[in-house]
Amino acid sequence: MKLSVTVNGEQQEWEVEPRQTLLDVLRDRGYTGAKRVCESGECGACAVIVDGLAVDSCIQLAMQADGCSITTVEGLESNGELHPVQAAFAENGAIQCGFCIPGMVVTAANYLEENPDPTEDEIRHVLVGNLCRCTGYKKPVEAVLQAARGERSE
Amino acid sequence: MKSQLSVVGHRARRVDGVKLATGRGTFTDDIHIRGLLHAKLLKSPHAHARIISIDTSEAEALPGVRAVITHENVPRIPYTSAGQSWPEPSPYDMYVLDRKVRFIGDAVAAVAAETPEIAERATQLIRVEYEPLPAVLDFHDAMNDGAPLIHDETESYGIYDPAHNVAAHIDVEHGDVARGLAEADIVVENEFFVQYQQHTCLEPHVTIALFDEDRRLVLRTSTQIPYHCRRMIAFALEIPVKDVHVIKPRVGGGFGNKQEVVTEPISAVLAMRTGRPVKLEYTRLEEFTIARNRHPQHIRLSTGIRRDGTILANSLNVLTNTGPYGTHALTVTGNTGTKPLPLYRSPNVKFYADIVYTNLPIAGAFRGYGAPQGFFAMEVQMDEVAEAAGMDPLEFRKLNHIRQGDTDLMSAAAGEGAGKKARVIHSSGLPECIERGAAAIGWHEKRGKPGDGPIKRGVGMAILMQGSGVAGDELAAATIRMNEDASFNLHVGSADIGTGSDTTLCQIAAEVLGVSIEDIVIRSGNTDDITFDYGAYASSTAYITGTCVLKAAEDARNQIVNQAARMLQEDPEGLLVHEGAVRSLSGKSVTLQEIALECLYGEDKTVVIGKGTHATKESPPPFVAMFVEVEVDTETGQVRPVEVVSAVDVGKALNPDICEGQVEGAVAQGLGYALTEEIQVGPDGQVLNPSFMDYKIFCAADMPRLTTILVEAEEPTGPFGAKSVAEIAINGPAPAVSNAIYDAVGIRLHSLPMTAEKVLAALEEKQQS
Repeated sequence: MKLSVTVNGEQQEWEVEPRQTLLDVLRDRGYTGAKRVCESGECGACAVIVDGLAVDSCIQLAMQADGCSITTVEGLESNGELHPVQAAFAENGAIQCGFCIPGMVVTAANYLEENPDPTEDEIRHVLVGNLCRCTGYKKPVEAVLQAARGERSE
Repeated sequence: MKSQLSVVGHRARRVDGVKLATGRGTFTDDIHIRGLLHAKLLKSPHAHARIISIDTSEAEALPGVRAVITHENVPRIPYTSAGQSWPEPSPYDMYVLDRKVRFIGDAVAAVAAETPEIAERATQLIRVEYEPLPAVLDFHDAMNDGAPLIHDETESYGIYDPAHNVAAHIDVEHGDVARGLAEADIVVENEFFVQYQQHTCLEPHVTIALFDEDRRLVLRTSTQIPYHCRRMIAFALEIPVKDVHVIKPRVGGGFGNKQEVVTEPISAVLAMRTGRPVKLEYTRLEEFTIARNRHPQHIRLSTGIRRDGTILANSLNVLTNTGPYGTHALTVTGNTGTKPLPLYRSPNVKFYADIVYTNLPIAGAFRGYGAPQGFFAMEVQMDEVAEAAGMDPLEFRKLNHIRQGDTDLMSAAAGEGAGKKARVIHSSGLPECIERGAAAIGWHEKRGKPGDGPIKRGVGMAILMQGSGVAGDELAAATIRMNEDASFNLHVGSADIGTGSDTTLCQIAAEVLGVSIEDIVIRSGNTDDITFDYGAYASSTAYITGTCVLKAAEDARNQIVNQAARMLQEDPEGLLVHEGAVRSLSGKSVTLQEIALECLYGEDKTVVIGKGTHATKESPPPFVAMFVEVEVDTETGQVRPVEVVSAVDVGKALNPDICEGQVEGAVAQGLGYALTEEIQVGPDGQVLNPSFMDYKIFCAADMPRLTTILVEAEEPTGPFGAKSVAEIAINGPAPAVSNAIYDAVGIRLHSLPMTAEKVLAALEEKQQS
């Protein structure tokens, strides 16, 4: 089937099988930032933004995204500048193995669009769907807070 | 030197931070390989069975299938999957594929095909006739007379007592424990039970195996142990070590589960058979069912004390379930005794253990490596002993804990250090950890004040020690080369599996060479580089590989200084390398870039290549005092951790961000072990909860407030005074939470995880008695 999507601002026409997940299709085409971890929508490592909403791409069929605009972690940078969430994660020691980080960064970046001034508690609840086994979540949560504050001060 | 550090000791940004934040950190499965085949496993539905026959003809006939392997067509060479130094102390009791299956999920056959779907379909077309055998499904039954024998084959070796399913055995005693207990004023005896815990590395086990243009086997694999993997695969497949090239890309978490060869052997055999690249990647279901777990144990402790609170005798007895294979069997349980027992001074100490086979999931290496089990038992026991002596548990620990200058006799008696030199404690910040941790949690203010209402509050503590590498059993080699622009390539054999060791090692090199961390380009974990390393386990990298990098950088620095001395016509003795230049006391200087260009293109050409190798008999313990505050809901049994304070003696925090991150992550994993995580196994041996939905790890909203206090008791044998930090904190949450629950509601929990059901049952029992 023909899948017509915009990925990180570029229009794409892809031939996909109806059974393929959005995660499989993205990874096959080089968008490997989204990770395959649980394949059941439990961990958030495959999160991408579809029409403004962060979704687990492992439990969404590719064709469901037909006509949609997708932002992956690779598309968060603009004009060669890191997204504030990415910069804060890299600066704050918020990254260890890094496997869950693209999903966490995507989820957090998307949330800050909706709520640019979150409390720590709100961030923790937004990230409940992003499992991390390395960090204990403290530094990632602090990174999101810092990114939010940085955005406000600009 | 300490006061002048410009890179080490700073919160340097991780060298891999940006690429991981932008999704460009390239993991094993993130690259496209032309002609890649996909492998899938056929797994046993039986806990214990002999394979009578296998018919693969239908599977082989399926279009797109390129190879099917079974025990009938792969070499049957006993090996162990435990990635340790040679000869591995684990029994050689595994085969790439075997005639027998020993647990539900054991591999029976493997298929390589053009797509994962075809490979999966082909596994379903393999016809297997099994002869089901009686199984050992409770590890307490394993040693019974007449119990089914799990390793009845004659080819396996290194098993302690195969006729009784005993993979390994430990029996050590210092002094006379029976006499010590007899002479004691108070004796406290308790039993403890600990469960299977799954690592749940976010990245599953994955290997891409291929033969390169020189017919050498290349393993691009998610591993903690590139060099052990190279040697072990060469051994298991009977090919020369020189023909194996292991590449460790980014690794998405290991925690011990990847201190094993797991997906490497089958993918390598399939690549051999097909002549094509083959990927074997575990699904999450496979991670939960056929990868490795923390060993379940049944622990008994007997402690005798004098009325004044001093310990006279301490005896630890352990029965360990290693599952169907003895990977890390001896050494994990070795740590169950050798880490907690020496923490308390006692003239009489005994450690006895049987590590038994069962037809249950495989246990193996897991962060803490036996110590979390031992510390759960020991630190709850010490709370109860303190109570029996009428002492505050904090004061009791201060009275009895090991001191700087003491000798740890256990380290030489059991475990991986067996037969080696007993370790002397050269540095200990434990007293400071206890004081600062207690102040941070408010120990004296909060103890014994559960409050009114159905939700009670309590505080508990635990003290901990670990090692920095395996004493006498570590080796690392590193090389460092200067380039035209005064940058340096640093090659190390160690494996950054997410710990941040690449960054820490760059900091050490940059500090010695007087450059910034951005001037160091690191490559780690590639066995074709001029490096060597035992790998990322036993909290070894900062201490062992760190010292090795220190030596390599000093070697390079000496060469640079000698070159500068020629250029400046000065005595090398008086020259200092600092901020990208070499300066003399007389005020002359030459930049590193000028030196580099002179070396590479000047009159007396040479390449500055520093090398270091490092081995040591030492393994200095870091120390932790951990304090936990909990809320216990007496109506539901729910336990909620409110705050965890970890005061950690790391020797020297080479990078405080990374040290804190290691502690915080270990606390999260330890809280799961304490409260929610358990691989549940049904009566037939089947794992019942193989998903994140049913196996609960802590998420961001579950976490308590974390306070990490880094204490720096400089270790004379460590690089810049550093000891380890990666594992130790995982030992603390389980006992500290148990002790805090007691403070809140007066019940003693001796079984993990401490679920609401167990709490409620204990509360009811307490009410009735």
